[in-house]
Amino acid sequence: MSAALVLRGGRVVDPSQGLDGTADVLIEDGAVTACGAGLEAPEEARRMDVSGLVVVPGLIDMHVHLREPGQEYKETIESGTCAAAAGGFTAVACMPNTEPVNDDPSITEFILAQAARAGRARVYPISAVTRGLEGRELTEFGAQRRAGAVAVSDDGRPVWNAALMRQALRYARHFDLPVIQHAEELELSGDGVMHEGAFSTRLGVEGIPGAADDAMVARDLILTADTGGRYHLAHMSTARSLELIRGAKEAGRRVTSEVSAHHLLLTDEDVYDSGLDPDFKMHPPLRRADDRDALVAGIADGSIDAIASDHAPHHPDEKELDFVAAPNGIVGLETTLSLCMDRLVGKGVIDLPRLVDLLSASPARILGVPGGSLAPGSPGDVTLIDLDREVAVDPAAFQSRSRNTPFAGWTLRGAPAGTIVGGRVIEVP
Amino acid sequence: MSEHKWQRGDLLGVAELSTAEVVHILDTAESFVEVATRPIKKVPTLRGKTVINLFFEASTRTRSSFEIAEKRLSADNINFSTSGSSLSKGETLLDTTRNLEAMAPDLVVIRHAHPRVPHGLAERVGAGVINAGDGAHEHPTQALLDAFTIRRHKGRVEGLRVAIVGDVAHSRVVRSNVLCLSKLGAEVTIAGPRTMMPEQPEALGARVAYSLEEAIAGADVIMMLRVQLERQARASFPSEREYFEFFGLTAGRLQAAADDVIIMHPGPMNRGIEIASEVADGPWSVILEQVANGVAVRMAVLYLLAGVQSGEGSA
Repeated sequence: MSAALVLRGGRVVDPSQGLDGTADVLIEDGAVTACGAGLEAPEEARRMDVSGLVVVPGLIDMHVHLREPGQEYKETIESGTCAAAAGGFTAVACMPNTEPVNDDPSITEFILAQAARAGRARVYPISAVTRGLEGRELTEFGAQRRAGAVAVSDDGRPVWNAALMRQALRYARHFDLPVIQHAEELELSGDGVMHEGAFSTRLGVEGIPGAADDAMVARDLILTADTGGRYHLAHMSTARSLELIRGAKEAGRRVTSEVSAHHLLLTDEDVYDSGLDPDFKMHPPLRRADDRDALVAGIADGSIDAIASDHAPHHPDEKELDFVAAPNGIVGLETTLSLCMDRLVGKGVIDLPRLVDLLSASPARILGVPGGSLAPGSPGDVTLIDLDREVAVDPAAFQSRSRNTPFAGWTLRGAPAGTIVGGRVIEVP
Repeated sequence: MSEHKWQRGDLLGVAELSTAEVVHILDTAESFVEVATRPIKKVPTLRGKTVINLFFEASTRTRSSFEIAEKRLSADNINFSTSGSSLSKGETLLDTTRNLEAMAPDLVVIRHAHPRVPHGLAERVGAGVINAGDGAHEHPTQALLDAFTIRRHKGRVEGLRVAIVGDVAHSRVVRSNVLCLSKLGAEVTIAGPRTMMPEQPEALGARVAYSLEEAIAGADVIMMLRVQLERQARASFPSEREYFEFFGLTAGRLQAAADDVIIMHPGPMNRGIEIASEVADGPWSVILEQVANGVAVRMAVLYLLAGVQSGEGSA
């Protein structure tokens, strides 16, 4: 176990305790043992002066693609968790669309072993809902849970078979696992590569209507109501999906959702203005300005539970293809916090405690993992934030193996200043 | 001849062109029409210049038209056609580009199924790039030859009522034509069945109609688009018979248009589907003139771009 560590003089923002003020945090044997002003720390404790910084419960990115096993040329668990640490995240939940797919406890165990070896951040594997992501047979939710999986998802594609989705929602209840859905009606998205609207029309590009997401969300919410399952909507992108989720929450369903920073900040007009830059291509696509505005309102009023990066690394060679041919997805671990600090907190859309909730307590609650708090007994996971530091997004400096971001060159105020995992100060190369 | 000083090294789309540039291309094309009437249909203008026709999508007409234009200008040309494009085999645009660069062409004519691939190419190669069709995005030389044909017949484009009818959603011809004809002052109406219209069609900048009758009422020019028969599989229309009944151009329907209406079609035509033979072959039709004018307009474009590429410019 690591030696005791005391963080002195920072501004502690911990919405789980309603705390926002100068305080010290003492971490012993990997867990927080005290949090308050002027703490008496043991003699041998390492003292770290964090005055001038904000101290928050370790941030958790509940939606990332680490690509290992199988696509190590895009990202590895080592490089991905370094990216997490550099971006201010102490934990990530990784999607199962690797090669092979994480549809078996042996893969979950492999991911956890690689994460332990890397030692940069906690990694929570997400199991596939169906074997091989093929949408036919359920995976062994129970064995996966026991091995360490925290949720089930076929992310990258939807669980499109309604009967199978119903069974997944029912069966996951035995293990209290959320079913994380990539909601997309594939027949409606067709060959689409960007949002279907005025800009796809001008470009002559095949569009993906918002209805592709919404139709499946509506179906899923009906199944959730009938089964009493726990449903989490991944990467929400439309105003209508938000309305559907709001309605289900008001009806008392066990429904949660996340949104990515890029869907909060960019629109299909940005795709148009980029001249179809492949770094603006992702699923779901960047939507209309009024969708974006609705999502921003949704994080402010609490309808949306979490912000997640949907970190989706692709090798530069793949993004050298033209827009239609290029793969979907952008990296986000090293930009999400600064984007949220500058464009959401900095612009007064949400306050800092709300952001901490969206990025820490809320994902912990959804995934049922420890963290999200600095109350005594919580894991010694801390993120330090420098409110005044200005950063220019520079993909060449990323810890990630990939560089695919639409935010290159953006200047952002507010940046990660370090992470602590289980009382250990994390260093990145 | 317009006074415009041509400075553009690429022709990627009509969107980028000013009205003066459009007019300058049309004026320049006038001087090339006559070449086709000579006993020896060749001028030495592009002697020693290399043009690569890079076609990633099957094309007979457009490619042949460019080829003839290049040959009549005495350029050395080579066709690089792959229907199964190397891009789809995983070669990056950058690799394709580098291979091309190594052959040191002066101009590259490119057609690709994906929007803005020519624009990406132009950013990366020194040669001048001509877009010969990028997906359903732009087809600038088609729009220019259409405008040229209209101007020759009507003496002007400004103030004319032009109807473009058919599969608007998937047509690059319609996008470039709306841009080009609008720059020249025409009033353009686009029309087609709702299943063949894009989302928010008004974003294209034209008046929108959903019936053939409404679109062609009083029209000076009617342009019929090719129906992509394979689109039937995507439920764009239930049958050819039904399409012809509601959106096919017949002599009877033409009564609603202006008396001196002209009929255009970018080809290849589906007779009996979007257009009746009596119309395609009738007195209103300028369809074959479009083909002839296509060579003159492409000669003009090649000539203007090659002048900029060799650093000479041209008045």
